[in-house]
Order: sequence, then C-alpha cells, then structure tokens
Amino acid sequence: MCSGRVDLEFILRAFSTGQDGVFIGGCNLDECNYVTHGNYDALANTHIAKRILEHLGLNPERLRTRFMSGADGNLLAEYTDDFTKKIQELGPLGKSEGMGVKLVKLKLDAARKLVPHLRLVERQKLRVPVKSKDAYDQFFEDPGINRFFDDIFGDKLAISQIMSLLGEQALAAGDIAKKLGLSPSAVSRHMIYSSRHGFVRYDTTSNRYALA
Amino acid sequence: MSVEGGPGDFTVGLKTRPRYIIEDKCTGCTTCVEYCPVEYPDQFNQGISQNKAVHVYFSQAIPLVSYIDDSCLKLKENKCDICSGVCKTGAIDFRQTPSSTIINTGAVILSSGITPFDPLVRDEYGYKKFLNVVTSMDYERLLSSTGPYEGEVLRPSNKAVPQKIAWIQCVGSRRVTKGDNSYCSGVCCTYTQKQVILTKHHYKDVKCTIFHNDIRSFGKDFERYFQRAEQLPGVEFVRSYASIEGQNPDTKAVVVRYATAHDGVKSEEFDMVVLSVGINPPAAHGKISTKFGVNLNSHGFCDTDSSNPIKTNRPGIFVSGAFQGPTDIPESVFTASGASAQIGELLNYRRGKLARERQYPQELDLSCDKPRIGVFVCHCGANISSVVNVPSTVDYALTLPNVVYAMEQIFSCATNSAREITDLAREKGLNRVVIAACSPRTLEPLFRDTLREAGLNQYYLDMANIREHCSWVHARQKDVATQKAKDIVRMSVARAACLEPLQEFDLPVNKAVLVVGGGIAGMVCAQSIATQGHEVYLIEKTESLGGMAGKIYSTLEGLDVQTYLSSLIEKIYKNPLIHVSHGAIITDVAGYLGNFTTTVETCGRIQTIKHGVSVLAIGADVYTPSEYLYGENDKIFTHIDLGEQIARGNREIIDAQSLVMIQCVGCRNEDKNYCSRVCCGHAVKNALNLKEKNPQMRIYILFRDMRTYGFREDAYKEAGEKGVQFIRYTPEDKPLVEAVDEGGKQILRVTVPDSILGQRLELDADILSLAAAVIPCESVNEIARHFKVTLSPDGFFKEAHVKLKPVEFAADGVFLCGTAHYPKHIPETINQAYGAAGRVLTLLSRDTVVASGSVAYVKDYDCVACGACITACAYDAIEFCDTPGGKKAFVNPILCKGDGLCNAKCPTNAIVLKHFTDDALASQIDAAITN
Repeated sequence: MCSGRVDLEFILRAFSTGQDGVFIGGCNLDECNYVTHGNYDALANTHIAKRILEHLGLNPERLRTRFMSGADGNLLAEYTDDFTKKIQELGPLGKSEGMGVKLVKLKLDAARKLVPHLRLVERQKLRVPVKSKDAYDQFFEDPGINRFFDDIFGDKLAISQIMSLLGEQALAAGDIAKKLGLSPSAVSRHMIYSSRHGFVRYDTTSNRYALA
Repeated sequence: MSVEGGPGDFTVGLKTRPRYIIEDKCTGCTTCVEYCPVEYPDQFNQGISQNKAVHVYFSQAIPLVSYIDDSCLKLKENKCDICSGVCKTGAIDFRQTPSSTIINTGAVILSSGITPFDPLVRDEYGYKKFLNVVTSMDYERLLSSTGPYEGEVLRPSNKAVPQKIAWIQCVGSRRVTKGDNSYCSGVCCTYTQKQVILTKHHYKDVKCTIFHNDIRSFGKDFERYFQRAEQLPGVEFVRSYASIEGQNPDTKAVVVRYATAHDGVKSEEFDMVVLSVGINPPAAHGKISTKFGVNLNSHGFCDTDSSNPIKTNRPGIFVSGAFQGPTDIPESVFTASGASAQIGELLNYRRGKLARERQYPQELDLSCDKPRIGVFVCHCGANISSVVNVPSTVDYALTLPNVVYAMEQIFSCATNSAREITDLAREKGLNRVVIAACSPRTLEPLFRDTLREAGLNQYYLDMANIREHCSWVHARQKDVATQKAKDIVRMSVARAACLEPLQEFDLPVNKAVLVVGGGIAGMVCAQSIATQGHEVYLIEKTESLGGMAGKIYSTLEGLDVQTYLSSLIEKIYKNPLIHVSHGAIITDVAGYLGNFTTTVETCGRIQTIKHGVSVLAIGADVYTPSEYLYGENDKIFTHIDLGEQIARGNREIIDAQSLVMIQCVGCRNEDKNYCSRVCCGHAVKNALNLKEKNPQMRIYILFRDMRTYGFREDAYKEAGEKGVQFIRYTPEDKPLVEAVDEGGKQILRVTVPDSILGQRLELDADILSLAAAVIPCESVNEIARHFKVTLSPDGFFKEAHVKLKPVEFAADGVFLCGTAHYPKHIPETINQAYGAAGRVLTLLSRDTVVASGSVAYVKDYDCVACGACITACAYDAIEFCDTPGGKKAFVNPILCKGDGLCNAKCPTNAIVLKHFTDDALASQIDAAITN
C-alpha cells in the first residue's frame, strides 16, 4: 500500500483512540517508483487533517508528514526523534489544548463521521492540479480555499459535535455552547436548523434539547 | 574431480568433504557449539574472534546447520566427543567419510568468485607485524553487527574505539612489484567510502583519512556517493602514496609516511590503519583451469573473448561474476543471468523436461472459522534477542485475543523453522500466522510459502517487524524495546484476525518480445531470446542497426567492433523469428506484463504489436561540448570521432606532431553529476592506437582521475611507458584552450596548471580531443512515459534495484540493458544484454505469471458510481460496468498495483484494497493503544 492509502479516518481514529501524535512517512515526492505519485495524496490529506485539528481546537503540529527514500534510515531516525521531542513538549492530547480526554474524543469522533463528506469535497474542490510541493502548500495556504473549507466544514462539524453530545444526554443550548467552546448564537442557529430538519427536539419542560 | 564430455552432456565427478553432521537432523540450535571445548579463530570473522571446532559458518548460512572442522579433538586425537552427547537430535556423525558423486549435466557455469588480496605477501604492508593494521575485510567484519564485537570497531591492541583511522588504497592493486597485481580491482574506492560513511555513522567524532591515488567512482551513482563521504566532517581524502613506517611502541599507533603537494613528506600516527585490499583471482584458479579445461589470462582470471565475456574457450562451460575479472555486484548479477541465457540457447531443446511442478497441499477453507492465531517470535540469532526479551514477548503474545499458540525460534527463516511452523499450524489448528521477525520486504514470500505448505491461504500471514523497527533502532534501550516489540506484536495480531484468504491470478503470457533499440545491447538480447524460440520485434528509430557501436572501431581488449557488428547484424536479419522495424517511432503502449499492445509508426505505416515482455535498450548519446572551442575549430574532436578518424586513416590526425586530450568534458560537474565511465578507457585506447601508427607523436592526456578500472589499467600503464603524458587538473582550475597563429601555422594552445611542478604548462597541439560525456538518449523521457518506467536523477533508466535487480524495472514485464541504464563499455553491454535476455526467458519459460491477490475490489451494493476511484487510479485499472443494479465501478485485478489510493477516496467505502482493508488497518490502529 502507498502513503496515499493513509486516509483521514486513520489519522482521526488514531487521535481518537488516544495517540498524542501521528507521523506519516512516505517516499520522496517526485520519486515514486511507480507512476502513481500517491504521496501527493498523503500530502493533501495531511493539509486537510491539520485544518480539521485546528477546527477542533487541537494543535495541528500533532500531525506530521515527512518524505524520505528507502535508503534514508538516518533521516527517518532524525525525523522520529524530532517529532517525539515535539510531542513530549506538547504533552498528552488535550492537555496543551486545555480540553478533557472525553471532550477530545467526542470532537474527533464527530469529525470522523464527516470523512465521507470530506472525500466528496476533496474531489470537487480541493484537488490541486499541479503535482509539486510548492503548488500544494500554496493551495492549502490560500485564504480563499481556507474560507471555503471553513464555510462548508465548520457548520457541519459543529452540528456533528452537537449531535454526538446530545447522544449522551439532553442539554440546554447554553451548556452545549460551553461544553464545545462554541458561541451561544452559533449553537442557537444550529439548533433551529436541526430541529427544523427533525434531528433534535426541544423538551419544553426541562428546557433542554435532545435527539429526536 | 573431473569434467568429461561436452556441451549437452558433461559428466562431472564431485567430491564432498564430510561435515560430520547429518544435515537433515541438525536444527541449528547450536547447543553443540556451546559445549565444544575447542576454541578456534572464527574464519568468517577473519580470525578476530573465536569460534568452536563445531560451529555454524555464519548466522545467515544456508543450510543453517553446523559443521566440524579439523581442529576437533575427536578428529585429531580421538578424544572428547562431548557434542555427540549433548545433541538432542543425534545429528553428530563422526563416521562420515569423503563422498564421491557423479553428476550428468548439460552445461557448467564457473562462478568461483575471487580471493581477497593477502597483504602478508609483502612485508611493507605491515599486516600482522603491527597490531593495529587490519585489512578492509577485517574492518568489514568489525563494522558488522554479527561481527567479532557486535558492530563495535575496536583496536586489536587495546580493544578501544580508535579515534583516528587511515585507509590506504590500492593495496595489492595497480602495482607491478612482486606479489602485487598490476590491474585495478575496481571496487575498493567505493567500498572504502562505504566503510567511512558507516564508521562516521557509528562514531561521530572519529577522524578518517583516506590515502588514495585516483578516485575511481565510475559506477552508477558512485560520484554522488563519493561526494557524500568526502563532505562528512572529519573525513579527509589525501592524494598520496602512503607507506607504513612502524608503530609507536607505547600506544601501538601506526606511523604512516606520505607526501602532499603543500607539506611535502611527513609522518603521522593513526590509531588504526585499514588496508583496502584488492581482488585476486580465486585461489584455486590453476586447478579450475586444469579441471575444466578453460584458459586463464595472464592475471589468473578466466580468459574470455570481449564479444562474449560469458563464454569460455571450452564449449558448454560459461563464466559469471568476478572470475571474469574484478567486478562489482550489479555486473556479477547480470553476468549470472547472462550465463543462464546462454545455457538456455544451448539447451533450449530440453527445456522443461526435468521440471516438476511444486505440489502444495490442498488449501483448507477456513474463511468461516474463528481466528486461531499462532505467533512465532524470531531471535534472528542475536539480532533481535540481544535487545528484545524474546521469551517475555512470547508470553505476552499468548495473552492476546485469538492467539492460541506462541513460541520462539532462533531463525524463523531457516528451513527447519519453516517446517516447524508448518507442522505446528497443522497440529494446533492455526488459521492465521504472525511472524515477529524482520521486515516483510525480504522474507514475506518465504513465509507465505510456509503457510501454503501447511494448507493455509498465504494471505493469512502478517509479519511484525521487531528487528528493523525495534531491536536495531533501540539497541541501547532494552526494556522499552521489549515493550515496543510487544506493542508491534499486539498490533500485528489485531490485523491478522481481520485477514481474509485471497486468490492470486494466473495470467497468460504472450510469448513475443518487443526490444526497443537496435544497438549492440538490443541486438544481443533479441538474438539470445530468438535463439530460444521466441518471436522478437526489434524496433530501431534510425534507418540502420548498430547504434553507437557503428562509430567505434576497436576496444581496449582488441575487439574489431565493425566486424563483430556486421556479423551480429547479419545474424539478426537472418533469424526468421526476429522482425526488425527501421525508422520506427513508438506512439502508444497499452497493456501490462504478459499482454502489451504497442503501436509503432514506421514511415507513415501504423503497426500494432502484441507482446508479453518489453526490453528497453535505447542506448545513450554523446554530449556536444560547448567548452574548449568545440565546434569552432575543425582540429577539435570528441574521443569517439577521433577513434573513427584514426580507424579511417585520416593522415592529418595520424601525422600530427602533438595531440592533447581533455577528460571529463560535460560531466562530473554540477549539471551532470556522474562519471561517464568509458572515456578514460577510450582516451588510452586512442592514444595507444596513435602511438602505434606514429610513435613520434606527443600525446598529452589531461585528466582529473584516470578511471581505467579492471584490466584496462594495464593499457594505462602501457600508454605511460610509450611516452603518453598524463597531466592531472582540478575542476577549479580547468585547462584553457586558445587557437593561436604560430609562425603562420594554426595551432591550439592548451594551458594547464601542473600541480607537481607548480607552474602552468603550455601545450601546443595540432589536434585536440575531448572526452565528451555520455548523456541519456534524447527520447528517454518519452520512452519512459510510454512504458511507465522511471529515470534516475541523471536521466538514465532507473532499475528496480541498483545492485540486485540491475536489468529489471519496477514495472513488471519491462527490462533494460546497455547504456540506457548507465554508460558502459561494449563487453559490459554484451554481458548486460545477455543478462536481460536471461531474465526475459525466466518469465517466458512459464505459460502464465501470477498476479497479486492484494488488489482493489468493489462492493457493488455500496457503489454509487461517483467515479472518485477512477480519478484516483494511475493505472486505468478501474472502469464503469453496467450491472443489473445499474452502473458500477469495476477493477481489473491484473492492472491494479494495490496502492489503495481509490480506497482512501471512495465516499461510500465501496472500494476496498484487499489485505489492507479498512477493518484490518483500523484494528491495527486501535491495538496501538492499550487501555
């Protein structure tokens, strides 16, 4: 299998099961032994996954991708040591982010549910036409692309997180906002949208939202 | 003992010395070694460490069974016999006597290899006289993790790590003194660089000095390798003859005397000196010659004809590897397959008559059974067990879900261990096997075979890499390494539980071959394949066959290239199985191993060729120099043109009074960072030809390093003796060429700094010849694109493995040979062309090839026909098909390479890469953490 086979689900799943860092190693860019150059897919996935981590309030530096050849054992050792040091500095996942383990898991699992959706978006909007490191970096750093990503992904992620939360217990809008670190107005907006679509219901006696 | 008969029917008498061990009974447990009281210098470790009278030769030996040597007390004095008592399997047998067998065979390959030069023949090398002088063979063992000190380099005198090491190059090579060899051994420059790089990797602060003559980095990528060694901090390459003067009586440091241009003669002490010993012919070369009736050359190597260096004077006897003359690994590998190709030509009429198909037991259908996993943890000798606590890892494995059996093995890869796995799988009813050992890259095929022997599907195997990923990288952290080994095993077990049985495909092979390029490489290869009964389509882009060889008239070895070439071309045209297309352009290549369809355009005519295999032998071009006034003055030639003009008897050149050659034009620079390999030989050849025709001519060769490797060194020496002057220049201070008018005569003035004299020399030349670089063929990119193969950084074809697969590409069914791979001399090209033919024949000798079972597969029900997988596939392996359930994606399992990109792109998870399924990988990820 190729480094391009490492899909978003694997990365998010690893964090969700409690890994503090994820390292992806691939062959050198432009030196594919085949004709696939699938390591560019690994690069694109890394950019997307980092963006997701940011959205979840997790440090994107917990994910690192490096490319090297089969003869670069020394580089692999160097990269691994370096990354280990970085993760040791950051500490356990959630700690440097000021988030409890449970919440981190809830957020990541909410994001994992969106992976099929992300795959569709990636194909439609996030595929870089030119296979070069610069082109990829430039593309994913472009403010327009990021705004687009935030628009389509931000709301979906917020709703997915709310649904996961409500799956555990019914909550008031204010509590949801507090638990997830979202603004109350955004939560109200999502709740109105979700109840209109019949995903949630509002229990008037307890003033809480619950899954429909 | 004797070799009678002739091609097709040899009778060979063999004498086998007793091992005193019954091979079938020995398990390689080495208990006998432990109890043997006789300590004896370990031959494999160059006698640096001790071994026992009964021992295993080395830890990867095949078969991995012990043997008893002459130092044994029982054999010498009929005492002891302890080993017989401790051997649990009764494998010790002192009654064994030498045995004789007669075998009948159709052909013989001499691949005796070489004997390293023994520096004891000359006192001046100080070997065994001064404690801290070692040979490069000794040093190689010191560096090895299975060596005398487990990879620690220690000084013989005080077992301390040396802080200053010197290497002395050309020990036994390029010397005419008695006992030494006049030729260049060809491998020492690069192996020394390897040793330096490894040393610096082991010990960051060690100072390494290399005393050398020329740096001969003529192999593929060797120039870059040299630069890598040279640029390491604390590494110094000193161009000087060095002699060993003595040793410091207190510190036992070795005193080396050498001279440099700046400091003159000086003496320096080194903690250790490594003699970079060269290559001798096999010690038994005399006996080989008599017994096999083959001629030797003056150096004791096999005497061969450069039009076919694999053939000996005795029909039916062939030679491969370094018995041809000093060679490196890739050449040894392709002469080996080349010898097989030539034997195929000889014995084609009997092909397959003795073959028996391997019978595996009927595969059990266990797909519905609950996983029953067996875990085998390998010691890998001491490679794993010296770091990882193997018994504790075994105990841990037994606690894991689905594991019903676990055990340790000394070498899981040994024949007896494989049998043990097979037996236990049957006995314990295992249906999945985890081997915790090394990287799957080398041994996975072996263990898959082991599973088949047990009646299990071969994909029920997972390898947990606890060597490269664990013991080798955490040698100093034993506790955490053991913990990590357990983690790796746990993850592997989790994945194994999800493995599914997969079937491989038998793919029919079209037996026709397409050879691209009608130079020597392409023709030799085509000719050998056609002789073995296969249709060959030979595609040549120009109007005639011959390629670059058409411009070469002789070789240093004395081959008359044009006569050879015309007879080869004649054979090609006369062979009814070879179809030649001239002026042909490849416009499209479709298909894959076994079933290619290539479209060729010949003078407006379109031809579609169906073939099973492709050989790319497109050759190389000559660089057109932009330096040294080339193209501006008609007295300036390239070496190849000069050779042609000499052969044609151009009087202007032959009668010239003075001729200058400049080496390394257009390569060994930033832009083309490689050595063209052939130019030094060409220069010397042209110089000798000219000296023969006009002994009065003044010839100057301006060079950076003379790379007349192998027996070409003799010609270099001869040129010097005949008065050809060799002047070294550096790339920082290149020669300067001006056209000047001297007393009405137009001459070329070449100014070159002479580092020995410390002044600038002005050479007036009638003729200037440039060693123009060999550059990749113009069409290389296009051909590479068509056949989906890759190029090395220098633009030559990239072989599948630089040492071990020098004629294969990573793409199956496509092979390469000749200068398209890298510049090489004609005899080397012929060797490689036969090598490619040998590999092609290996493929064509079977009716089918087997395609992997680990390919993508679409679950129809989940497929929404969005086409995401189709956009992800670089092999056009996926297409839409109409099914009763609507349009669905379909994977052609033969085209699928199993990269799994589609799997990561499918929004409905409908496409699955078998063997690397989401389930299997997710279980592995989950198992990485224990709660």
